[in-house]
Amino acid sequence: MPQLGESVTEGTIGRWLKKAGDHVEKYEPLCEVATDKVNAEVPAPFGGTLTALLADEGQTLKVGEPICDIAESGAAAEMVPVQAAPPAAAASPEPAPSVAASVAAAAAAATPARGRVRTSPYVRRLAQEAGVDLALVPGTGAEGRVTREDLERFRVSPAAAVAAPASSAPPAVWQAPAAAVPSVPTHAAPAPSAPPAPIAGDSFLPLTPMRRTIAEHMVRSKHESPHATAWFEVDMSPVVALRKSLRAEFEAREGVPLTYLPFVTKAAVEALREFPQINASWGGDKIIIHGAIHVGVAVAVPDGLVVPVLRNADGYSIAGLARAANDLITRARAGRLTLADLEGGTFTVNNPGSYGSVFSAPVINQPQAAILSMESIVKRPVVVEGDAIAVRSMMFLSFSFDHRILDGATANQYLASVKKRLEGMGPGTQVY
Amino acid sequence: MAVKNLIDGIREAMSEEMARDERVVLLGEDVGKRGGVFRASEGLVDAYGEQRVIDAPLGESGIVGVAIGMALNGLVPIAEIQFADFIHPAFNQIVSEAAKIRYRSDNDFHVPMVIRAPFGGGVHGGLYHSQSVEAFFMHVPGLKVVIPSTPADAKGLLKSAIRDEDPVVFFEHKRSYRLVRGEIPDGDVTVPIGKARLVREGKDLSIFAYGLMAFYAEQAAQTLAQEGISAEVIDLRTLLPLDREAILQSVARTHRALIVHEANHTMGAGAEVAATIAEGALYELDAPIRRLTGPDIPAMPFNTPQEEHFMPNPEKIAQAARELCAL
Repeated sequence: MPQLGESVTEGTIGRWLKKAGDHVEKYEPLCEVATDKVNAEVPAPFGGTLTALLADEGQTLKVGEPICDIAESGAAAEMVPVQAAPPAAAASPEPAPSVAASVAAAAAAATPARGRVRTSPYVRRLAQEAGVDLALVPGTGAEGRVTREDLERFRVSPAAAVAAPASSAPPAVWQAPAAAVPSVPTHAAPAPSAPPAPIAGDSFLPLTPMRRTIAEHMVRSKHESPHATAWFEVDMSPVVALRKSLRAEFEAREGVPLTYLPFVTKAAVEALREFPQINASWGGDKIIIHGAIHVGVAVAVPDGLVVPVLRNADGYSIAGLARAANDLITRARAGRLTLADLEGGTFTVNNPGSYGSVFSAPVINQPQAAILSMESIVKRPVVVEGDAIAVRSMMFLSFSFDHRILDGATANQYLASVKKRLEGMGPGTQVY
Repeated sequence: MAVKNLIDGIREAMSEEMARDERVVLLGEDVGKRGGVFRASEGLVDAYGEQRVIDAPLGESGIVGVAIGMALNGLVPIAEIQFADFIHPAFNQIVSEAAKIRYRSDNDFHVPMVIRAPFGGGVHGGLYHSQSVEAFFMHVPGLKVVIPSTPADAKGLLKSAIRDEDPVVFFEHKRSYRLVRGEIPDGDVTVPIGKARLVREGKDLSIFAYGLMAFYAEQAAQTLAQEGISAEVIDLRTLLPLDREAILQSVARTHRALIVHEANHTMGAGAEVAATIAEGALYELDAPIRRLTGPDIPAMPFNTPQEEHFMPNPEKIAQAARELCAL
């Protein structure tokens, strides 16, 4: 069973693509494997005859456990169990539950020694096992080394552990405080309460790796970020009209559906450029403003959800967003996302409206500062110019934000900007 | 149990083994009539006769060569080299002959011989009565290299060495002969070759040592304990074969390693211990491996301040431990 990500410890055989007795070429896919987040194919590390399958479809094995035997051709009928094959997916660190790579990059840029953190092999191993990014842990050892105790302090209480003042230059639009910010005390999460005793009639649903990961992430997100939510109502009538006029031709030409998601995402991303402090993460003693805008698109999949990331979303037109989002969504539903698809998000857009929701309070996707949900577009009677009543296609935007990083005023200003952009769309809007 | 010193342990082991097994003989310079220059064999010639306690001429190559011949012909010889500094003329016999005979004869012949010698400095011995030579022999498969640090281990390990079917090079730190006292269990008690001894458990660092340095390390650990540093002390006891498992397990507990030996720094026993730790326990290490050793100078000085500079001692060991724990 190959290692498909740094913190991935096991995988489930999805589907065998070869059977015992088959000849396999070097690198030919042997089977599909599912882990917490991605599915991947396991290629044969050498050519030969597959002599025995050692695991069934649906069986979960630990990384390193043998999955099949291949008699290597050329070697004298020697059994070599296939174990650590090079993974089909890009081998990059698993984003959840560890801190996202973009945050680490920003934090590393702020520290004096760029590159490897000064520490010992033992502490490095402990950090990896705990899923902690060493670049975020302040070091009190000799020459700024991160010691065992530093790591332990950081794990228990990340904000309190970080004491050094911010040294990064603030961006032009938003000034970071120059003096050292007093650390924000955090409390350890309360121990989860005991589950209810089962009674007759109850049945049990075993937890999939995805379910477990989502559960852990949600608890952590709610515990770490003080959530506040703001709602804005947007008159989507111009967008509805625009989409209606373009849709048939667009879908015929592009081969992808034109939903409301690219329109809302475009407006949201442009507004992020106007309010960069929303495209941010909490950094303990500072707020990390991300230079790039990587928008996660929440996609419902069987038994859960995944949030693949549309990188550099501000570089896309509405049409480009439609294509890119469609690719991510399709692959997400097919279980074909790579680890690179899942990491580095700086903001998330969610579409519960597609299921009929008109109003919600989304949970922030850590370590981001905010999440924007577009709700269902519903025709409603509203009061318009001149105190007349008209029927308009109305949509709520639900916006949850981390109150450590943002206040209501900023959140509302941001939403007002998104609303203005959406309500300003129309026949003249460039889709390409 | 009685409290005795290390030389008592040596003498008792030889005496009891000679009583137990009539094949056991002792040969060396001044071992018979004089009872050994350190009194290691005092009384043995009276007890076992001149046929079994043999005063050899001044010729180490001959002493070891004759012992090999004795071993090949059914005796179990203990060849004493009066000072380890004099072992070099016998090096060829030990390395090219004794160590290789079993291998070379495909088990037809073997050499159940012990070569014993006092080693080490701190006694104003100067160039030729202070050398540490264990590293030369650690490099020779076919030999075993054993260095006890307590009276009980001296007796138990020497018994095991005498009973061993293959050549054992057995070094005794001359300063520890009378300095180190301890209880020796009564009766026929052997200590296994190839197993290190956990002197004291700790959690902040592991100190690996042997011979006099193990004795000093234990003292350093007591001092450190009062300062809040918990030092684990491992007496290696056998250098070949090294108890690698004990070394790695200790580092897995403490995450820091300090190796102490009196012999010169470069290519001393510490280098092998350090490589073992780096190979087998890298991801346990919280600090670089530290070797505290004699300096790389050609000989132990004769005058007192320089000899003290050369020799590790409990305070130097404790200071090295403090520095290691501060990293």
